[in-house]
Amino acid sequence: MHTLTLASMRSGLENGEFSSVELCQHFIDRIKKQNESLNAFVSITEEQAIAAARAADESRASGNVTGALHGLPIAHKDIFCTEGVRTTCGSRMLEAFVPPYNATVVEKLSAAGAICLGKTNMDEFAMGSSNENSYFGAVRNPWDTDRVPGGSSGGSAAAVGGRLVPACTGTDTGGSIRQPAAFCGITGLKPTYGRVSRYGMIAFASSLDQGGPMATSAEDCAWLLNEMAGFDERDSTSIERDKDDYVSTLVNSLDGVTIGLPKQYFDAGLDASIASLLQQAIAELEKLGAKFVDIDLENQHLSVPAYYIVAPAECSSNLARFDGVRYGHRCEDPKDLEDLYKRSRAEGFGREVKRRILVGTYALSAGYYDAYYLKAQKIRSLISQDFSQAFESVDFILGPTTPSPAFKVGEKTGDPLEMYLNDIYTIPANLAGLPGISVPCGEVGGLPVGMQLVGNYFEEARLLNVAHQYQMVTDWHTRIPG
Amino acid sequence: MQWETVIGLEIHAQLATQSKIFSASSTQYGAEPNTQANAVDLGMPGVLPVLNREAVRMAVKFALATNAEIGRHNVFSRKNYFYPDLPKGYQISQMSLPIVGNGVVSVELEDGVVKEVGLTRAHLEEDAGKSVHEDFHDATGVDLNRAGTPLLEIVSEPDMRSAKEAVAYAKKIHSIVRYIEICDGNMQEGSFRCDANVSIRPAGEARLGTRSEIKNVNSFRFLERAINFEVERQIDILESGGQVVQETRLYDADKDETRSMRSKEEANDYRYFPDPDLLPVQIEEELIESIRKTLPELPDARRARFMSALELSEYDAGVMTSDRYTADYFEAVVKKSGASAKLACSWISGELFSRLNKDGLELNASPVDADRFSQLVERVHDNTISGKIAKEVLDKMWSGADTADQVIEKEGLRQISDSSEIEKMIDDVIAANPDQVAEYKSGKDKLLAYFVGQVMKASRGKANPGELNKLLQEKLKG
Repeated sequence: MHTLTLASMRSGLENGEFSSVELCQHFIDRIKKQNESLNAFVSITEEQAIAAARAADESRASGNVTGALHGLPIAHKDIFCTEGVRTTCGSRMLEAFVPPYNATVVEKLSAAGAICLGKTNMDEFAMGSSNENSYFGAVRNPWDTDRVPGGSSGGSAAAVGGRLVPACTGTDTGGSIRQPAAFCGITGLKPTYGRVSRYGMIAFASSLDQGGPMATSAEDCAWLLNEMAGFDERDSTSIERDKDDYVSTLVNSLDGVTIGLPKQYFDAGLDASIASLLQQAIAELEKLGAKFVDIDLENQHLSVPAYYIVAPAECSSNLARFDGVRYGHRCEDPKDLEDLYKRSRAEGFGREVKRRILVGTYALSAGYYDAYYLKAQKIRSLISQDFSQAFESVDFILGPTTPSPAFKVGEKTGDPLEMYLNDIYTIPANLAGLPGISVPCGEVGGLPVGMQLVGNYFEEARLLNVAHQYQMVTDWHTRIPG
Repeated sequence: MQWETVIGLEIHAQLATQSKIFSASSTQYGAEPNTQANAVDLGMPGVLPVLNREAVRMAVKFALATNAEIGRHNVFSRKNYFYPDLPKGYQISQMSLPIVGNGVVSVELEDGVVKEVGLTRAHLEEDAGKSVHEDFHDATGVDLNRAGTPLLEIVSEPDMRSAKEAVAYAKKIHSIVRYIEICDGNMQEGSFRCDANVSIRPAGEARLGTRSEIKNVNSFRFLERAINFEVERQIDILESGGQVVQETRLYDADKDETRSMRSKEEANDYRYFPDPDLLPVQIEEELIESIRKTLPELPDARRARFMSALELSEYDAGVMTSDRYTADYFEAVVKKSGASAKLACSWISGELFSRLNKDGLELNASPVDADRFSQLVERVHDNTISGKIAKEVLDKMWSGADTADQVIEKEGLRQISDSSEIEKMIDDVIAANPDQVAEYKSGKDKLLAYFVGQVMKASRGKANPGELNKLLQEKLKG
């Protein structure tokens, strides 16, 4: 049952092949069995999930189907606030935090009938590329538990990759959906900035954060995005624009589609085995009618430095609210106010979070603001311009999602810079606010490799269409770990 | 040495919106602690601010009322600092692109001179909560009801040269924000707060001296005293060879002094940057025009009209336009009573204001509204009652719900103008005072007042004084 796609689970439920309770229980059993080795879940909400599944079965029996995801199991990254269910954001700071409200994404998926089995592990406050920064321990890659699943949505990627749940929500600030999707052999979409509401999604870097779906196929991502997307008056940066039907356009032909290959992505720096897998994918897409042209994104090399100014700057301010005063971790017996602040934050935050708060605070300080923050914003504009120019002649941009397959646990923890470079291909889309998707396109040494497609603003439907057409003629996305 | 005082004011006017600037919580004053603070006001994880459009409209209204520039491209920024009453660890404010730019305000000084004071800017921001030190042993409580209340921070140029000028300017701004109904102006409740930047320099010097910023001034009287104290303090320092330190000082009304709160060196680096949770706000011409249509007649224009059309003196016109309630009340009374503007004004500024003062009431809480008051003025105007009786009638109206006519009727206070009735009373008085009559007739003219008094007493004050005088003189001659 766990190898089915959401779409076929849906028809299975409709045809009475199995009940929602059976389906959810099956996945919960898998979670319980495998979570010890994968550590993909921070919380398992079995009781609520089974109760909700039972209610879903009953309402289906009486002819009421709530929505497109009626009775289907999913899980939420532990960055999305869930009313009455602990939401930790991977941090000791929020180890015991139970929100009195739901994130808009949680509300919408629940209204569509989806059943949440639990909350997935993540890098603390979504800061990391390996999921080794969680207060609740590192997540392991289901393909090789000596390796990382990627981050920061590593729990979601490992859970879907290991088929502990058919689909998950994730968030992507610099690649946090796409990079772990690539490492775990699944499909992950970062929508256009503003397409999915950020309300109730704990902020890391507000101008870059975007929630999106992670599933085993582009089609399942489309089903999820259909429910997640849309304007939300509670998020001023969400965009007032009708959402598309992401499912109905999946079958469109790729005839006449033009795809750009940035020379910066295919230069000598790219791992040869990944380059050859990408060439095979390009050949498949050509067979489907796509045309390829070389393009130039000349400011790409500035993405990582610009990102590591903007994101820490915003995080230094966003995380100021965690002060031990109203909620979250508070140190024992504070002597005075300053002691309360210092110890609560020193104890509540991990190393990487502290590092980024310090970097960001420095970048925004008087006398440095122009040299760092303002300059980084200018670079951001340049990168956006490069993309806009490219999209005048191409429909999509194709390249690798990551420079290498999943690396070993502990391999890069000593060198933050090397860790940061893992996001070199994914960060540009965040800086420009563009949608991007990672699709499995092969294996290197038994480890999955992802191909990334970036589209123009609000082109999620066409991105999913290309990915789906590719998945119709390839089977990389159907492979599951040994 | 001759010293010149230089003052600039930063006024925080709380905007009279129903809900907070970035959340749907109520802004009502005086609720139980933390009952008007939702997830956004508490700075809970993941929640986001949504701008209250009404606050923007009110700020634009202020710009129009002061002929100030309107910032068409508005950016909200974060001012970062830690404090327990600041839930997010930053205050959302405006830094480089405020909603109101340069403007000018005309201020009438006591000597009648009109002084132009420049407005540097005014920007929107959210208020912080309150730290509560009472009721907690060895701890501090936090009340976040006020957190997120919309403020318009109005910054002046350093154009004031004395505490009196600063107060006159502050009163003018107070009057404008109340006139255009964007702020209730209640200083006790903190709806209108002034910070004063004060420095001194040798007379004739062009460069500004080092300033101190005085905070926590919650009345016009304290503003004047705090500035005067601060000027004296700075003169003492400079004349004894010292240097003024740039710092923030708190005014202590009980001790009537300012004291240091923090120096420039201790000041925070607020690390302002544009708030990524809020998109820039564009102010379109259409919005400005729709707001312009809602602008009432402003105090300056109204004062001029009261002088030209209603023939009030400059002083009276100033008093009658000191705030919008007074002006509205006055105009209603003039219109309904048919009395002269001068009569209406003297009754309002005299009898009405003194009673309000005595009871510690604002005009909008007056027990006698404009409608009832206008009937009283009308009865004075048409000689139904004398001014003296009118005061009695007003006293009765003050404590009851009767109209002036009802009081006059019930108490039988109608003025007696019927000459036969008055003659009868005069005859009685003459008959009862033969000695005084004789004295009067022998040339002691001053006794006339005695007879007037006696007849008035007999009429219980109701005799028409003009008629009484005329008849009495005729009778005494005869």
